[in-house]
Amino acid sequence: MTQAAAETAPTRIARPWLSPLNRRRWQNFKANRRGYWSLWIFLALFVLSLFAELIANDRPIVAYYKGEILFPVAVAYPEEKFGGFYAVTDYRDPVIRDEINANGWMIWPPIRYSYRTVNNAIPDAAPAKPSWEYDAQKRCSQYPQGAADPDCIVGNWNWLGTDDQARDVLARIIYGFRISVLFGLILTAGSSVIGVAAGALQGYFGGWTDLLFQRFIEIWSAIPLLYLLLIVAAILPPGFFILLGLMLLFSWTSLVSVVRAEFLRARNFEYVNAARALGVSNRTIMLRHLLPNAMVATLTFMPFLVSASISTLTSLDYLGFGLPPGTASLGELLKQAQSNLNAPWLGISGFVVISLMLSLLVFIGEATRDAFDPRKAFR
Amino acid sequence: MSEPLLSVRDLSVAFTQGGNQSIAVDHISFDLAKGETVALVGESGSGKSVSALSVLKLLPYPTASHPSGKVLFQGADLLAMNEKQLRSVRGNKITMIFQEPMTSLNPLHTIEQQIVEILALHQGMGDRQAKARTLALLNEVGIREPEKRLDAFPHQLSGGQRQRVMIAMALANEPELLIADEPTTALDVTVQAQILELLAGLKSRKGMSMLFITHDLGIVRKIADRVCVMTKGKIVETGPTKEIFANPQHAYTKHLLAAEPKGKPPAANATAKPVMTGKDIKVWFPIKKGFFRTTVDNVKAVDGIDVTVRAGQTLGVVGESGSGKTTLGLALARMISSTGTIQFNGSDINQLTFNAMRPLRRELQIVFQDPFGSLSPRMSVSEIIEEGLKIHEPKLSPDQRDDKVVAVLKEVGLDPATRNRYPHEFSGGQRQRVAIARAMVLNPRFVMLDEPTSALDMSVQAQVVDLLRNLQAKHDLAYLFISHDLKVIRALANDVIVMRNGKIVEAGPSEQIFERPQTDYTKALISAAFRIETAPVGIVSE
Repeated sequence: MTQAAAETAPTRIARPWLSPLNRRRWQNFKANRRGYWSLWIFLALFVLSLFAELIANDRPIVAYYKGEILFPVAVAYPEEKFGGFYAVTDYRDPVIRDEINANGWMIWPPIRYSYRTVNNAIPDAAPAKPSWEYDAQKRCSQYPQGAADPDCIVGNWNWLGTDDQARDVLARIIYGFRISVLFGLILTAGSSVIGVAAGALQGYFGGWTDLLFQRFIEIWSAIPLLYLLLIVAAILPPGFFILLGLMLLFSWTSLVSVVRAEFLRARNFEYVNAARALGVSNRTIMLRHLLPNAMVATLTFMPFLVSASISTLTSLDYLGFGLPPGTASLGELLKQAQSNLNAPWLGISGFVVISLMLSLLVFIGEATRDAFDPRKAFR
Repeated sequence: MSEPLLSVRDLSVAFTQGGNQSIAVDHISFDLAKGETVALVGESGSGKSVSALSVLKLLPYPTASHPSGKVLFQGADLLAMNEKQLRSVRGNKITMIFQEPMTSLNPLHTIEQQIVEILALHQGMGDRQAKARTLALLNEVGIREPEKRLDAFPHQLSGGQRQRVMIAMALANEPELLIADEPTTALDVTVQAQILELLAGLKSRKGMSMLFITHDLGIVRKIADRVCVMTKGKIVETGPTKEIFANPQHAYTKHLLAAEPKGKPPAANATAKPVMTGKDIKVWFPIKKGFFRTTVDNVKAVDGIDVTVRAGQTLGVVGESGSGKTTLGLALARMISSTGTIQFNGSDINQLTFNAMRPLRRELQIVFQDPFGSLSPRMSVSEIIEEGLKIHEPKLSPDQRDDKVVAVLKEVGLDPATRNRYPHEFSGGQRQRVAIARAMVLNPRFVMLDEPTSALDMSVQAQVVDLLRNLQAKHDLAYLFISHDLKVIRALANDVIVMRNGKIVEAGPSEQIFERPQTDYTKALISAAFRIETAPVGIVSE
């Protein structure tokens, strides 16, 4: 008995966390250099944008005031704390600034504007050109002490100019990138879950289930989304989650056909029959044996779905039916660019950011497609 | 012997993938004289098909390459020719027929179109002339009433007829050399005998040479003048067929000749307890027509069959493809619905629902034909074997389950240390052992084996048959063994039923069926399987 145990004990080894198949796919993904770099660049930009409050904000990250360490970036301190009387402190106000600097110090983010901060000291009428287009005299002409003013520093530059409400374009782009990507990711995740589940049920059970569901989807996808948004916008206040929910109602159908086809194909595979012969339940067969087949198609589709969701959101924002007014959104930036043709920095910045984001996603999608392509030989 | 027609000298084939070069064919040489038949024999992966394809440069270049060698056809080196020169040889002087006639024919063209195309392309015949020639060719390959077949599409013909059309296409240009790559492997034994007879007759009438690729030694003995035995990309032995069979020199040839399934099934015991009894089993698939989808007729896949499988005994079910033998097995295992009574351990199970069947699944296991298809490619071997245990013995701890997996892997002759590998890392025979282990780990009482040896090489077949017999003796298992291969059935089954078109043609103890068959159909089946002889017209399908 002990001998038998000794024989089997060392063979109880842990499996590598990536199966050989997935390792091969990762190799294939890496072999597509463009997609691989796009993934890293995109992840870096996305992670940076998640910390947008620490990069572009009109409140300091940390402040030290009369022996107390404060975190204005996270906590909204009333102005009373610094001798004022407003409910919310405006740290850009020269009075507050001087008060804090006299009794301690402040650490500012590299860009001292949030997406909704209005710059009261722009040298021209809004929209103002990027700060590096002006010389120091002109740039700081609106500060009380001109170029010698303590606010005439790089942190107060508008690197990409301002929009027609004197808000910093760079700050709006950073926040807009974040909201676009988050919207795209959440929408894609949601529609994948619904779409995969619906496709799986249809493909696995076939017959009447399939027939009725397919007809329902055909009718459902014939409803025009734009008009529905117009109607809903008249009843409900526009918001991130209402928009997300509305778009989710219609976007889940895109994955159904792919997953359904995979399930239809694979449900009579011999190993699925073998599982049925073992007495495995339908649910387990679908999850364990059939879903991995469908995941290949789903994962290949996903980056393209994300980019499609983002461009839909952008176009809705551009038309004015998207996120509520004042939200940092790339579509709204494009709209401003259209109405202010004399301010090319608006259009150029918006175009560069949107095309960069969508191109990165498409490149990642191409690499994913390569990774899951079984006929792709190593080169 | 004068100048040989085809002379392969020192030929090698290498495949390059991901920077790794693997040698598929390693310095082989053989000659083929005019009017001679040479057989390349070997198991799967021995490089015999690759050698044949490289004669016509049909490999996927540049993935494939020839590090060395020459293929001299009538004195000219085919490997050195350019595409244009090759085209004048391919399909003209050298033609080829393949294993699977369905995929070799264009499904969208009629038989006439496919043959006329060749005649027009290579011989520049006009329409009328080509049609006359097509009819003559179809006659020659033994298609009856060829006028009626001209407008048929490939799917309207039987497998044997399709292969005959392929042969007609190969003969259209009166080739000097015919390369036949496993031309009968996909066919039933009776049809195989007919096709081989046709090929032998055509060869002697036309004075063609033939390069015959096969894994079946019975065919070689029947048809070849000389044999080249291949293994692992090398020719290990060459010689006249009679000498090789009478006096094999190389160890591998001896191994191959000794590889036929042998041994005797357990003695028939009519008093053993019946495990599975089916009475008047019918599986009818309705043919529906019209707007209201009314049933106008039925395809009677299984039409009123009685079977009894006893503990420790094997019932063999024999029949050609389409005879309904697999459908019968699936109906008994309750994988498809049927009418009639199915008694398992004395209780009727044919009325149970899918969920009510689930506890019984443990005692009623299936081993499928294709060991490549029946194992999920995404699960490791131990996950595959564990799956049934998780359902039927949910109380086992992971370690206890692992112990059971190790025990059953040892029982089927696999190294338990390999249980975390994935199916693609195993050979066909090993995969079939995994599939058997998956069934055996649940300690079943009844196992339906659906052609478990058909996808395997001959020598591996024999091992699997031995394994199945040992397991049966050890666990007193009842087998329903479905196969078209009478050699395997004879080695394993003590009772046999012969099926045709959903009905039983003949049933009885194994010795009686094999030694004293009563019906013409069984006689034809047995002579085709063991002696590769054809039956008179009308008894078997074509």
